[in-house]
Amino acid sequence: MNLLKATRGIFLAVAGTLGVVVGSFPALAEINVNITEGFVEPLPVAIADFHGGQPEEQLIGRDIAEVISSNLERTGLFKPIDDKAFIQDRNSLRVGVRFGDWRLINAQALVTGKIQVQGDGKVNVEFRLWDVYAENMMTGFSYTSTRTNWRRIAHRISDAIYKRLTGESGYFDTRLVYVSETGPQNRRQRRLAIMDQDGFNHKFLTNGRFDVFTPRFSPTSQEITYLSFEGNVPKVKLLDLQTGREETLGNFKGMSFAPRFSPDGNSVVMSLADRGNTEIYSMDLRTRKFIRLTNDPAIDTSPSYSPDGSKVVFNSDRGGSQQLYVMDVNGGNVKRISFNKGRYATPVWSPRGDLIAFTRLSGRKFYIGVMKPDGSGERMLSEGYHVEGPTWSPNGRVLSYFKQGKSDSRGKVKSNVYTVDLSGYNERQVVTPLDGVDPAWSPLLQ
Amino acid sequence: MRFKLLTMFAAALFLSACASNSDDTAGGSNDGASATTGTTDQSSSVDSSSIQGPQPGSLEHLVVNVGDRVFFGYDQSDLQAEGQKTTEALAVWLNSYPSVTLTVEGHADERGTREYNLALGERRANSVRDYLVALGVNPNRLQVVSFGKERPAVLGSTEEAWAQNRRAVFVVN
Repeated sequence: MNLLKATRGIFLAVAGTLGVVVGSFPALAEINVNITEGFVEPLPVAIADFHGGQPEEQLIGRDIAEVISSNLERTGLFKPIDDKAFIQDRNSLRVGVRFGDWRLINAQALVTGKIQVQGDGKVNVEFRLWDVYAENMMTGFSYTSTRTNWRRIAHRISDAIYKRLTGESGYFDTRLVYVSETGPQNRRQRRLAIMDQDGFNHKFLTNGRFDVFTPRFSPTSQEITYLSFEGNVPKVKLLDLQTGREETLGNFKGMSFAPRFSPDGNSVVMSLADRGNTEIYSMDLRTRKFIRLTNDPAIDTSPSYSPDGSKVVFNSDRGGSQQLYVMDVNGGNVKRISFNKGRYATPVWSPRGDLIAFTRLSGRKFYIGVMKPDGSGERMLSEGYHVEGPTWSPNGRVLSYFKQGKSDSRGKVKSNVYTVDLSGYNERQVVTPLDGVDPAWSPLLQ
Repeated sequence: MRFKLLTMFAAALFLSACASNSDDTAGGSNDGASATTGTTDQSSSVDSSSIQGPQPGSLEHLVVNVGDRVFFGYDQSDLQAEGQKTTEALAVWLNSYPSVTLTVEGHADERGTREYNLALGERRANSVRDYLVALGVNPNRLQVVSFGKERPAVLGSTEEAWAQNRRAVFVVN
């Protein structure tokens, strides 16, 4: 019996929509990747080229399989098996999975799929995830979109596989915005740039005529708030990615910096500096009114909301050195949460709410670490001469940040964007055309 | 000492610039480091002309006569003794040129985080501003801005470079 034909009856292929469930499947516990533990033995997964009848479909099918394979490999949780080892070929896979063939090459899970270019020029992509030992299908989806969107389809499939195998939502259909850098220290050209989380579809957003820093996504991923030195005064800006419209947030004389969206997207919290005193304010994007949250002669900066919007973690030197503090969203009930050796900076609340990531400066080194919102359970995930500015993957399992090396006497310096698992394992460089700093991870795209 | 060397260096730079542009004379004052050249042999037909000093009240004039920067300790924003002296000289200079308005730029070394260093630079610039105001300079003549760690004056990742990058710089508007 043709397995694909047997299930086709429940496919809901809706043109123009990404992601349609291909029926429901009983939750089976045979394969379960634990992503909370430190080092795990990666799960061997076979990803077959997606089948297509026409040459064009075959090309897309191979590209999609490749993107899924590298997405899964980069997590450190999965080990894609080299397709040269495959026993069952693509054509016979159409007829049915010979599970024994896949067990022979030690595959625990198998991904198969099919591409069809439709009459309207759109592509329909179906995929299935198989449990090789239980000999059943774990999940399957059908996606229809424009042909140029094939990478996003591959990322959506990767997310579905990740979710089914780990029990956590994925982070592949996401983007990173960051600051691309090139040139010596004193003439470094900096441009906002945006790319898919795997580095593809790279695009510059500013021209480099003025410095830009610390871009951050809105909850819809449609807007970016960032710091611009345009006009030689640091100011918080808002950029609409769809229209390209850019505006300065707030009409006041001094400097503003350290912007970040609230979880509902209705306000931006930031620092305003005046007369040697930096305070945290939130600005309502509808009324354009500022509300002052801190009131202390010390430096108060780098605010970040808890995902439920009830609290703000921030950086202050009110106790004598840079430390992390949590306050209620109205500014009350301020509590210091960092107490170990050194200085703490750039706190960012995890989208899951369970942890706060930070930069720590201790001795002659910089660290990226995490702690619980009450300050307990602190641990370091990365270190170096200079590491700074963590940002969370939308599932709260991976951090991205930048590392910068020492510069020489002519100002030559390297900076790069990295990711690391919450376990502290699997640190990887994100490949960018030039150097990069200040990454910010988008939520899962809609 | 570092500061004085810088000042002398700036002065030397300025003088060499003037020397190559000496027909630009407009009755320059003898303020500060302006210089005069002449000939000793009266019989030859060499013309002498005075090299113009910096335009009084200009940034160059400030650099030569006062200096254009003060330095700070690590994660500090209080003016040190030398910085106080420079700022006092700056106040006198500003009183001599009442039409001049000034921007004080605050900077930090690279051994900190971006956002905190912007705040720290702003605090440093304001240390200078506050002292100038205390010395009688009209606050309306003064602006401050911070560039944090983003515009180092001295390159390299050394203690010496960091010390010179922890600074407030005076810019004549």
